[in-house]
Amino acid sequence: MSEKEEKPKKKSRREFLQDIGIVGVGTLIGGSAIFAGINYDKRKKQGERIKVLTAENELLEIEKSDTTKVTKSPLKNLTYLQKEGRDGLKGHRWVMVIDLSKCRNARKCMAACNDAHHLRPEQHHINTLKMQDAKDTPAYYMPKPCMHCDNPPCVAVCPVDATFKRADGIVLIDNERCIGCRFCVAACPYSARVFNWAEPLHSHEDENLTYDVELNVPQRKGTISKCLFSADRLREGKLPYCVSACPNGVFYFGDENEDAVTNGTTKETVRFKKLLEDNGGYTLMPELGTLPRVYYLPPKGKEYPFQDKDKKEAGERLES
Amino acid sequence: MATKSNTDKITSDLLRPIRLNKSFVIWMGFLGVSLVICLGAYGLQLKNGMVVTGLGDYVSWGMYISSFVFFVATSLIGMLISAVLGLSGQKWASPLARIAEIIALAFASVAGIVIILDMGRPERLLNVIIHGQIQSPILWDVTVVTVYMIISALFLYIPLIPDLKICSEKLKNLPPFARNIYKVLSLNWNNTPEQNKIIKQTTRTIAIFIIPVALAIHTVTSWLFANTSRAGWDSTIFGPYFVTGAFVAGTAAVIIAMYFFRKNYKLQDYITDNHFDMIGKLLVLVSLVYLYFNLNEYMVPFYKMKESEAILIRDLFAVNHAVLFWSVQILGLVLPIILLLFKKMRKPLPMLVIGIMVLLGAWFKRMIIVVPTQEHPYLPIQNVPLNFKIYTPTLVETLITIAPFILVLIIITLLAKVIPIIPVHETIEQLEDAPISPKGDLK
Ligand code: SF4
Ligand code: SF4
Repeated sequence: MSEKEEKPKKKSRREFLQDIGIVGVGTLIGGSAIFAGINYDKRKKQGERIKVLTAENELLEIEKSDTTKVTKSPLKNLTYLQKEGRDGLKGHRWVMVIDLSKCRNARKCMAACNDAHHLRPEQHHINTLKMQDAKDTPAYYMPKPCMHCDNPPCVAVCPVDATFKRADGIVLIDNERCIGCRFCVAACPYSARVFNWAEPLHSHEDENLTYDVELNVPQRKGTISKCLFSADRLREGKLPYCVSACPNGVFYFGDENEDAVTNGTTKETVRFKKLLEDNGGYTLMPELGTLPRVYYLPPKGKEYPFQDKDKKEAGERLES
Repeated sequence: MATKSNTDKITSDLLRPIRLNKSFVIWMGFLGVSLVICLGAYGLQLKNGMVVTGLGDYVSWGMYISSFVFFVATSLIGMLISAVLGLSGQKWASPLARIAEIIALAFASVAGIVIILDMGRPERLLNVIIHGQIQSPILWDVTVVTVYMIISALFLYIPLIPDLKICSEKLKNLPPFARNIYKVLSLNWNNTPEQNKIIKQTTRTIAIFIIPVALAIHTVTSWLFANTSRAGWDSTIFGPYFVTGAFVAGTAAVIIAMYFFRKNYKLQDYITDNHFDMIGKLLVLVSLVYLYFNLNEYMVPFYKMKESEAILIRDLFAVNHAVLFWSVQILGLVLPIILLLFKKMRKPLPMLVIGIMVLLGAWFKRMIIVVPTQEHPYLPIQNVPLNFKIYTPTLVETLITIAPFILVLIIITLLAKVIPIIPVHETIEQLEDAPISPKGDLK
């Protein structure tokens, strides 16, 4: 250290200048190295490590900064959703059971459905009808969704395969393909189909949404819509919109393969076949051979009175 | 042998209408302007969607589809007059063959346009080809109507070849390019016996071939309805019921056309009272057959009164649609049959009136078949606005429905302006045949 201190004194002016130069360059290099180091550290601290699951089912841990976000083009997304929508949910056979003895015409199912599918108030995927079968039989309320027929006339007549039957039993629509011929409306004996005669309710807000076949949103002018058994909710493992919205325990929904259906209100799960057997389950208009996947339990021992104001409408067809 | 002067007279009589005159220009102008107005209405439908119509989720097929059925129906007449009557040796009908073919071609080609008017997404028309589903009756319909259109065009064109040659030679006052077109289209026709033979054989082959295709187009069209399980459509006799109804409509259309061509083109010597008499009898015949099918179609369900059908039958016979139903059946079918039994009524003017009655009846009959069934589905119509329950067509919809009719009139007028409406070559030939023993086989 002392030696060092002495040295400068002995140095010529030229040497001195040389030294300054070296120190200068050194400082510069060192400084920038330190600077770069700090910077490097900073970056390192920011990037946490994340776990990713590869397509081969391998769990890897990688630097988050090493990942790049894949942005799918909307076109690809749509194709993907269309394919997914057609494939359906493997291994399931969805069924619905509607217990008419419980329906009080609360219409919460209709409201929830219209809300989910962005429908106009007069468009019904599910419609609660006031029914009376003969002059002296009691009137009752009957929620009527699409029957998701196993032999669906709507699918048979569609010229472009825009309405189709999936392996899990659901009949869906692809409104990106539908040409709006309404042959399916004419062919459906259950009046289950609605058409977008005008610009749909939320067409402006929904403009940038990618079309989801399983939700049929955004709705499109000039195309068909109908009950979808809430295929989007089923994919998430949830019950359909109408089923969960009912306050009176009318709906059971489940899987025929598992022989189990769950009540949307009580969340109680029961045996599907037993439920039908114990309560005299039936389907609507079986003589047409459409093989509905929606079953009804008769309005036996209703705990509610049929509203007087609805009697006239229920009996309308009997008078004529 | 026909004298030269006779031949010349026929040629000049029949070619006379082929020239530009004032009434033609005015008539076309009128049609053009009307078409533009109707297209404006269609523009509204494209922009706002099909709310501009009176259709709803229950009655979702209305005037457009009824019109489509009507157009396909009327186009069948080409097959009846040119093929069936031609093949069975009914020589009286041969001067009418071309009129019938023009009507057939016009209605068949516009039928496709009518169906587009009914589509919610007409811009996706090609999906029918890209994603076509062979099990859908619409696919069958598209296929057979296209085939029928092409065959009808050939059926009009092939027998026309000799006349085209005559046109190119005789129409001296036409500009050269027009005469050239005739010449090119006449494919070097020289009236050699060999050529005559080819034309006759080809015409005969097409005549045979067109019969099953024509039956197919209307049978398939009827299946658009009969293949659904709806009260009023779910019927096994819809095929023949529609086909016979088609003959009634088509014959009426030919009668109306005969009247106007005869009058405007001064063809009294060629479309004679005898022709009216004969086609009047034909109309009686086809109407009687149609009446028989009507009896089957309505009386059997009326006797059984199954619940869903009972509602429909009551509606037709006595409630909402009763006035239209009975007017159509009586004014459009029964009364014409009775009137036409009298020879006095089988004269041009009365026939025109009857023809119009029958044709109007035929259009409304299609409405009666299409609409009421949809107003009475199996399950009650509830919780929807009133206009969903009862179908009332709107003005815009009516204008759009008129558009294809204008188009048909334009096509018929144009065709009748550029080709001789009565076959010239054949008429001369028949004249030659008449005094001598049959030389050229006309069948
Ligand atoms: S109820 Fe109607 S819309 Fe639903 S699957 Fe059956 S035919 Fe098709
Ligand atoms: S309206 Fe759409 S879904 Fe229905 S039959 Fe026509 S193309 Fe198929």
